[in-house]
Amino acid sequence: MSAFTSLLLRDMRIAVRVGGGALMGALFFLIVVTMMPFAIGPDLGLLARIGPAILWLGALLASLLALDRLFANDHDDGSLDLLMMGSMPLELAVAAKAIAHWLTTCLPLVVITPVLGLMLNVEMHAMGWVSLTLLAGTPALTFIGLIGAALSVTLRRGGLLLAVLVLPLTVPVLIFGVAAANAAIVGPAPFGPPFTILCALSLASFVLGPVAAAAALRHGLE
Amino acid sequence: MPIIDLANPTRFLSIVNRVLPWLAAATVLVFAFGLARIMNAPDDYQQGATVKIMYLHVPAAWLSMMCWGVMTVAALGTLVWRHPLSDVAGKAAAPIGAAFTFICLITGSLWGRPTWGTYWVWDARLTSMLVLFLLYLGVLALYWTAEDPGRGSRAAAILALVGAINIPIIKFSVEYWNTLHQPASLFRRGGSAIDPSILIPLLVMAGGFTLLFFTLHFAAMRNEILRRRVRSMRLIQAQELAEART
Repeated sequence: MSAFTSLLLRDMRIAVRVGGGALMGALFFLIVVTMMPFAIGPDLGLLARIGPAILWLGALLASLLALDRLFANDHDDGSLDLLMMGSMPLELAVAAKAIAHWLTTCLPLVVITPVLGLMLNVEMHAMGWVSLTLLAGTPALTFIGLIGAALSVTLRRGGLLLAVLVLPLTVPVLIFGVAAANAAIVGPAPFGPPFTILCALSLASFVLGPVAAAAALRHGLE
Repeated sequence: MPIIDLANPTRFLSIVNRVLPWLAAATVLVFAFGLARIMNAPDDYQQGATVKIMYLHVPAAWLSMMCWGVMTVAALGTLVWRHPLSDVAGKAAAPIGAAFTFICLITGSLWGRPTWGTYWVWDARLTSMLVLFLLYLGVLALYWTAEDPGRGSRAAAILALVGAINIPIIKFSVEYWNTLHQPASLFRRGGSAIDPSILIPLLVMAGGFTLLFFTLHFAAMRNEILRRRVRSMRLIQAQELAEART
C-alpha cells in the first residue's frame, strides 16, 4: 500500500509545483462561468434557472482540460514504463494517479462552486446541495476521463481526441448531476433518486475506469 | 469448419470471394420482395404515406445497435483471443454502424417533420441515438489517429467494450432526463400492436438490412485485409529503397 500512497503523493506534489497546473482547472471553470452571462445576458432570473446546468457544464469542461496530461508527462519521461514494469498492479497505479488528479483538479472546482453559484444567483440554501452533487459526480468524470487519457496517450493529437471519446460517455453523469442540483434548488422532484444514481455512477466508474485504463495502457504501449 | 481456420486471412479471403456474390444477390432479392410488399402495405389512417419511412427508419435503428454488438464481440476477439480477423471485423463494422445510425437519424428527422411538426426534439430516443452516433464517431476518430493499425484496433476494442457497458446506461439516463423535463405526449408510439399488413413488410426489410449489413461488412473486411497487405508491402518497399540508398 505504501507504493500506492507514495505514487499518490508524488502526483499531487507534481501538480501543485511550478508547471503542474493544479489550479488551472479552477481558473478555467471561473472563466467559463464568467463568459456564460455575456452570451446569455445578465438576466438574474434566467441565470438562477440555468445556474446548475452552467456549473455542471463548466465543471465537466474544466475536469477534461487537464486530463490529457494525466499520462502524457509520465509517458514522455519514461516513468510510465517503470510503473508498468513495477510490482504494483497497473490498475492500482492508475487508480492512484486518477485520485491524485481528482484531488488536485476536481476538488478545487467543488470548493469554488459556492462562489460561482453566488454569481449565477443560485439560491443560498441550495448552494451546499449543488456543491454536494459536484462532489459526488466529479469522481465519475475523472474515472471515465481516465479511460480516454489512457487510450489517447500514445496517439498524436491525443488531447483533441480525448474530448471526442470521453464526452459522450459522460452524458449520464451530466444528466443526473443537473437533475439532482435542480431538484435541490427548485424541486418538486425529490433530491434523493438522482443523487443516489450519481453516486452509483461514480462508484461504478471507480471500479471500471482503472481496469479499462490499465488494459488500454498495456495494449497501447506494448 | 472450426473458427480457427478462418484466422488465416488468405483462406478467409477465398471464402468471402465465394460467398459475397450470393450474399449480395440475396440482399437484392429480399429488398425487392420487401419493397414490393411495402408498395402494397396500407397507409396509416393518420399519417398517410409518410408512415412508409418507417420501413427504412426502424431497421436502420435496429442494425445500428446490432452493429455495436458485432463490434463488442470483435473487441473480445481482439483483446482476449488475439484473433487476427477480429481486428479487421471491428474496424470494418464501425463506419457501417455509423452510417446506419446516421440513416436512422435522418429518416427519423424527415418523418418527424410531417408527423410531429419538427425536425428535431430532444426526446429520449432521439437523444440516445445521437449519443450513439457520437460514440461511433469517437471510435472512427480513434482509428484515424492511430498510425499503427494493430494499436488502433486494440484501443478501439477497449472503447467498444466500455461503450457496450455505457450505451444501456446512457439510454436509461436519457429516458430519465426526458421524463423529467418533457410531457409524455410528444413521443407517441404507433399503438401497442402493429397490424400484420405493416409488420410483415417491416420484418422483411429488417431481414434485408441484416443481409445488407453482412454483405457490406464482408466486403469491408476484405478491403481492409487487402489495404493492410498494401501497407506492409509499401513499408517493405520503402525500407528496401532506404537501404539501397545508404
